[in-house]
Amino acid sequence: MIRFARLLEQLLFTPQRNTKIHHLAEWFQNTPMPDRGWGLAALVGEFQSKKAKPALIRAMASTKIDAELFAISYDFVGDLAETVALIWPDPHLSPNSTPPGLSDIVSALGNANAEETKTLISQWLDISDTTTRWGLLKLTTGGLRVGASARTVRLALAHAYGKPVEDIEEIWPLIQPPYTALFDWLENKSPRPNADGKAVFRPLMLAHPLDDQDMASITPENWLVEWKWDGARVQLASGHDGVRLFSRSGDDISSGFPELTKPLDWHGTLDGELLAGQPHDIASFQDLQQRLNRKKPSVKLMKTVPVFLRAYDILIDGENDLRQMPIEHRREILQQRVEGLDHPAIDLSAVLPFTDAQQLDEWRQKCRDGGLIEGLMIKARNSVYHQGRVKGQWFKWKRDPLTADVVLLYAQRGHGKRSSFFSDYTFAAWANHGDQPDGEPVLVPVGKAYSGFSDAELKKLDAFVRANTIQRYGPVRELKKTLVVEVAFDAIGLSSRHKSGVAMRFPRFQRIRWDKPAHEADHLDTLMKWIDS
Amino acid sequence: MSPPHPSRWIRPLASGLAVIDRMGAPRFHIDATRASETVIVTHGHADHARPGHQHVIATPETLAIMQARYGARFAEQVTPLNWHETMRIGDVDIHLVPAGHVLGSAQIVLDSQGSRVVVSGDYKRKPDPTCAAFEPVACDVFITEATFALPVFSHPDPLTEISRILASLALFPARAHVIGAYSLGKAQRVIALLRQAGYEAPIFIHGALQKLCQLYQDHGIDLGRLEPATTGQKGMPQPALAGQIVIAPPSALSDRWSRRLPDPLIIMASGWMQVKQRAKQSGVEMPLILSDHADWNDLLATIDEVDPKEVWITHGREDALMRALALKGVTAKALHLIGYEDDAE
Repeated sequence: MIRFARLLEQLLFTPQRNTKIHHLAEWFQNTPMPDRGWGLAALVGEFQSKKAKPALIRAMASTKIDAELFAISYDFVGDLAETVALIWPDPHLSPNSTPPGLSDIVSALGNANAEETKTLISQWLDISDTTTRWGLLKLTTGGLRVGASARTVRLALAHAYGKPVEDIEEIWPLIQPPYTALFDWLENKSPRPNADGKAVFRPLMLAHPLDDQDMASITPENWLVEWKWDGARVQLASGHDGVRLFSRSGDDISSGFPELTKPLDWHGTLDGELLAGQPHDIASFQDLQQRLNRKKPSVKLMKTVPVFLRAYDILIDGENDLRQMPIEHRREILQQRVEGLDHPAIDLSAVLPFTDAQQLDEWRQKCRDGGLIEGLMIKARNSVYHQGRVKGQWFKWKRDPLTADVVLLYAQRGHGKRSSFFSDYTFAAWANHGDQPDGEPVLVPVGKAYSGFSDAELKKLDAFVRANTIQRYGPVRELKKTLVVEVAFDAIGLSSRHKSGVAMRFPRFQRIRWDKPAHEADHLDTLMKWIDS
Repeated sequence: MSPPHPSRWIRPLASGLAVIDRMGAPRFHIDATRASETVIVTHGHADHARPGHQHVIATPETLAIMQARYGARFAEQVTPLNWHETMRIGDVDIHLVPAGHVLGSAQIVLDSQGSRVVVSGDYKRKPDPTCAAFEPVACDVFITEATFALPVFSHPDPLTEISRILASLALFPARAHVIGAYSLGKAQRVIALLRQAGYEAPIFIHGALQKLCQLYQDHGIDLGRLEPATTGQKGMPQPALAGQIVIAPPSALSDRWSRRLPDPLIIMASGWMQVKQRAKQSGVEMPLILSDHADWNDLLATIDEVDPKEVWITHGREDALMRALALKGVTAKALHLIGYEDDAE
């Protein structure tokens, strides 16, 4: 555990990806199994010790420190694991035991109940130095967040063992911690695990945003165009081991969508958009959100908010891997299969006939009127299904975002890297009170934004918050209502969760209007006009 | 008859902490934040030692630092006060004792009307080869800073921290190791610690550090051989700095100045480096936890040691210290002095 904690610290502070890969590769090569496998699980976010919930860690801390002092400390540090690691008393000079190894931790926590988990972790913390305590708490609470993505970790594996990273990614769905089969293959002790016929996630092909230069080359002869649906990208896999639905990041979300995961008499893999409602009557993204948030939907929710899959690609058909086939031909097979399946919750995303790029631009601009369409997808007719983002093959051409001028209302410190900055902002639009439509308008919160500003702007915003706080509510600062910000957002919808009655999709800062007086900010009525029907 | 409460004669004003006469007019200030008549200065950091006062009273070292920074005429009149030498203003006896913060840093001991108040200024308890060690003085009111007054701050042994630089040099012998350190106090302490740890090669310093390093050396503090890091052509990497230790003010690290460094490994020496996420966000590759302020345990231990009837807190994270003192049954209040920056460390 000591060496793993040091590795995490190195990863956190090393800015260059290549140096990170170097540190990781070195750790893999010098760590025996099964510790190596469990460390890998933690690094790629598949190490799930569900028992060490934040509440349990807090309870442990409360045995060492006054609750108010803990709260003040946590507010300052902004990270639970690190706060507890720092406030925990250092071990006496020579503890008579050393911190456990990764696999010791896994087996000890495996059968422990919450109370035992607490005792075990406390005992480990007692014999660890600060960095090891920090690593231990990061590990047992789940989120490492040390700036090494799962992809970086797999690149390090490829680097350490001299294998192509694509080969590692392809078999990833087949292996589980501590990945004995993976390492046996990497060390040439056994053949590569085989995914044939199984309902596993295949890495997705992604699109680049279309820029003006690309636009000129878009012609009907060489390109396929379809709507970019405003849902959630998913992959449906049907194999001899069942039917599974995966999110775009490869998480198995089958349990949330029983209407799509009943057994099929066809095996293969479909790529498409998960949408709420029914093919002839699509419901809003907010509705879909209700389903995405539930691990197990109630019968009632499934009735009020049904979902369906709008398929736009096929990767595997029966025994045949179609990924090396041009999309033009894949689409033909896709159409036959979707028709053949005749499934109430699976339909086809249509290909749009078009004449030129000019026409596409008009569609893109107009698609907001239709709602639930984010723009256009443009795919080269001869594109094979690569994983990841490949240049010049697939493009997304989004409609322009909406913008509004809003007033900053509250600020809160960020977490992680931004823990000393006020980086989370609640903003408001003007509205009239329902009961006095002619009275003075008041500011009502309409959303929260955390991004879109540069580091330099964040510094200025942070200084603004510190100089313009009128009230503190725990970690939240209420601000003088003077600063106007132009926010961009992809859509706006009705929401019962917010006081203002509206919710924005992905609001972010576009410009800070240091020059604009607050009373010139937008009115809620203006925002309401943009709600998708 | 019991003596009057010290808040009758010392209190925070908009211009800083002041000793006042019976009419409420300031007799003198301590670390005044705006130009004032008579000011006792605890130490030479810019937010405490400002130019433009009429009469400045401080240790000879602090006066020398102010002169080096602001020029010979930084005040109309100066009065050097040696350790433990007493002077009297009105009915207040004043003497200075070491605070262990930077060269010349002093606590101000004030005796008046039967009570003793100690204004500790900024202070630390960890060993520092570049300045006299903190001397605890029993008092009725102890006025303390609270820069690192959070239970998360437990600063490690300075020599162990500094040895990490030497270990890294052995590991990355081709990289310039650049340490960001404030130009007064921290930079000289880092150099002295490196020498203590056995590093004898020349250390390269940014031009902004030159004057104060010279001043420390003139006061008998051995910093070994120092070389300017600021020679050669602007913006061009200097191969001579590969594998060397370079010290610069933190602001220079992100400046064009740093382009002259070959494959630099950025180190920052500060008490704030204890919080990993904070260190990370400042773009540091090796955070070095080295503070010139007392950490949480040292603050509480110091208050135990001087055993005051009351603690007043000048600046920093007063809410945590207030809470800890309340739990111990010590009367405390926050003065909310503004104008002292806690990032300058």
